[in-house]
Amino acid sequence: MNTTLADLKKGESAVITDVSSIEIPLKLLEMGCLPGNNVQLVQIAPFSDPMYLNINGSHLAIRKETAIHVLIEKINE
Amino acid sequence: MSKQINIALIGNPNTGKTSVFNALTGLNQQVGNYPGITVEKKEGICKLDRNLKAHVIDLPGTYSLNASSLDENVVIELLLNRNDKDFPDVVVVVSDVENLKRNLLLFTQIKDLEIPTILAINMADRMDYKGISLDIPYLEEHLKTKIALISTRKKTGIEDLKALIENYKEMSSEPCLKASEIDNDYFNKLRKAFPNQLLYKLWLVITQDVNFGKTNRKEINAINSFKTKTKGDLKRLQQKETIKRYQFINNVLKIGQTIDVNQAKDLRSKLDRILTHKIYGYLIFFLILLVIFQAIYDWSAIPMEFIDSTFAQFSEWTKNALPAGDFTSLLAEGIIPGLGGIVIFIPQIAFLFLFIAILEESGYMSRVVFLMDKIMRRFGLSGKSIVPLISGTACAIPAIMATRNIESWKERLITILVTPFTTCAARLPVYLIIISLVIPEGSFLGLGYQALTLMLLYLIGFGSAVFSAYLLNKVLKIQSKTFFVVEMPNYKLPLFKNVALTVLEKTKSFVVGAGKIILAISIVLWVLASYGPGENFNNAEKIVSQKFQKDNLNESELSKKIASHKLEHSFIGIAGHAIEPAIRPLGYDWKIGIAIVSSFAAREVFVGTLATIYSVGSDDEETIKNRMAGEVNPILGGPLFNFASGISLLLFYAFAMQCMSTLAIVKRETNSWKWPAYQLVVMTALAYLVALASYQFLK
Repeated sequence: MNTTLADLKKGESAVITDVSSIEIPLKLLEMGCLPGNNVQLVQIAPFSDPMYLNINGSHLAIRKETAIHVLIEKINE
Repeated sequence: MSKQINIALIGNPNTGKTSVFNALTGLNQQVGNYPGITVEKKEGICKLDRNLKAHVIDLPGTYSLNASSLDENVVIELLLNRNDKDFPDVVVVVSDVENLKRNLLLFTQIKDLEIPTILAINMADRMDYKGISLDIPYLEEHLKTKIALISTRKKTGIEDLKALIENYKEMSSEPCLKASEIDNDYFNKLRKAFPNQLLYKLWLVITQDVNFGKTNRKEINAINSFKTKTKGDLKRLQQKETIKRYQFINNVLKIGQTIDVNQAKDLRSKLDRILTHKIYGYLIFFLILLVIFQAIYDWSAIPMEFIDSTFAQFSEWTKNALPAGDFTSLLAEGIIPGLGGIVIFIPQIAFLFLFIAILEESGYMSRVVFLMDKIMRRFGLSGKSIVPLISGTACAIPAIMATRNIESWKERLITILVTPFTTCAARLPVYLIIISLVIPEGSFLGLGYQALTLMLLYLIGFGSAVFSAYLLNKVLKIQSKTFFVVEMPNYKLPLFKNVALTVLEKTKSFVVGAGKIILAISIVLWVLASYGPGENFNNAEKIVSQKFQKDNLNESELSKKIASHKLEHSFIGIAGHAIEPAIRPLGYDWKIGIAIVSSFAAREVFVGTLATIYSVGSDDEETIKNRMAGEVNPILGGPLFNFASGISLLLFYAFAMQCMSTLAIVKRETNSWKWPAYQLVVMTALAYLVALASYQFLK
């Protein structure tokens, strides 16, 4: 199974690998959610949704229903 | 004759675009609406030199030219229509130095429309703090533009920006990258089909679902008929376009921008750790709310009392100073108290807007949206609905206007529809007087029954808002994409000028907008209460003085009796008797009926109407209260305001849609009479049924 943004745990970082799903709003890409960019889960709201992300310095919150479509590769530190 | 040019300010949200607008235009600005829609149109005049003035439009904030809300549509519609009288001679893209990369996406799109474009990089004062340095000549060369480094906070760079605007004719209007390379085949065909059109404009018309002006309708239809790709393919192509633009931007910034991470100090992560914390986050939010409500009630009490007494004196003075007659009484009893009814809410409204402006300017609001989204979503609302629901406890009107930034139309509509359930300030006087009449003074666990009842009423209000949202979510069949992408901006100290201008402008729009309606209603009410048909009304003096001949009343008591008799036989009194059969099962008499009918203009009218009906000269609540306590149920005997009828009234006011101004605002925001009509019918029917059930059960 592919790893997605929704699998990220608080404080973990990853590299975005694929955003070609049709379910991803264009706005998310425009905010910098693009392949090759680093993403870090800054905070997760209670009931584990929405997710507060730092994507290459751009800070934004998205819902899990969107996050499951963004493929990532976790960075092991 | 001095020359005037058009400037459009465009930029991402949270870049300080409005601060730049304020710096350029000062108080020379006005806020209106775009025709037919409720998006705010901010425009102003900026003096460049003796012979050149600029008409500046502050366009709604947007992340790109791919529109996802009404506000964003406005931007594209203007930029694609060269015939629009506001079409810009030059565009100023306002960007934030800390998010330059993301801000440049919009910039490259606008460049593709071949409009002269200046890049204003705001918050330049934070560059040292964040360890950012920029190679301006390099950036200007590759982005094919001129750059102004400005700081609206430190007030630097505005003159440089003005100088660039003055020389707008020297600006390049050449695109800075070839976006059509993402699919050469497709774009070549498109170019061949419409050789006289700008390629990027064609692309935007095809991909965007916006309502263009009638003037170029034919042209738009022709372009839209060029369907060689499916929706899914088009979206993939848009994704490719975005990636392509970012590649270009990354390459330019690789050389043009250096960031020394070691120098960056980070306050935001520390604040975020506390403010979005699972427990402290909610606790702090709750505390902030408490402070705000306390402040709204406490601080506005003094100016409200002052306004109240000033209007009362003014009305009294008018009565004495002008010759007696219909016009004087219309002025003194209709228009002046009616206007007072609007003006008295100014302090509360202004304080509310002040707090909301501060919460938004500081960046805290996004954190609340983040914390509340999941909970609100269970009820068909969005995290962004929390702002209107909070504001609704002061007044539903500004609250409904605050729904504008909810992207999903369904979530926004539900929020608009349920907001009037929250206990607004106008319900408070009604609650207070009835609670003091029918709820005993004892206490339970140290909490007074009366205070508990009031708290319960607030909870009922909020609970029914949330519950009806849940129902509406199930019932409404509206297809709207519910995506949720919220930027979490940096924390900033709010700028005084921005906050002050927001408060001023929003308060003004409230007073003028709602004021017109309240004024009209108060005139109608006055006429209905001051005139009546037939003998009973027109010979009231004679009838009443004959009736009380034996009682030896003094003059003021007699005139009160006359006024009361007149009211009973005025048009509004006749109406009251007519509706009596409908409200008797709820435990009310015709007088309460009139008060309820007149409260459909605004709830707070209830106490005032009862005061007139019970022929109590002053509006003093204690006297009214005594009078109300003394009223006897005409049929059953015993006090009219007993536990059963009191609870029934409280519940009626908790649910009924009795506010003309709110209905008018809902009409404006939804652009249809359908939704306010639903609100009026459903809420009032609900109020009636609940009041009926509670009275029949308790009596």
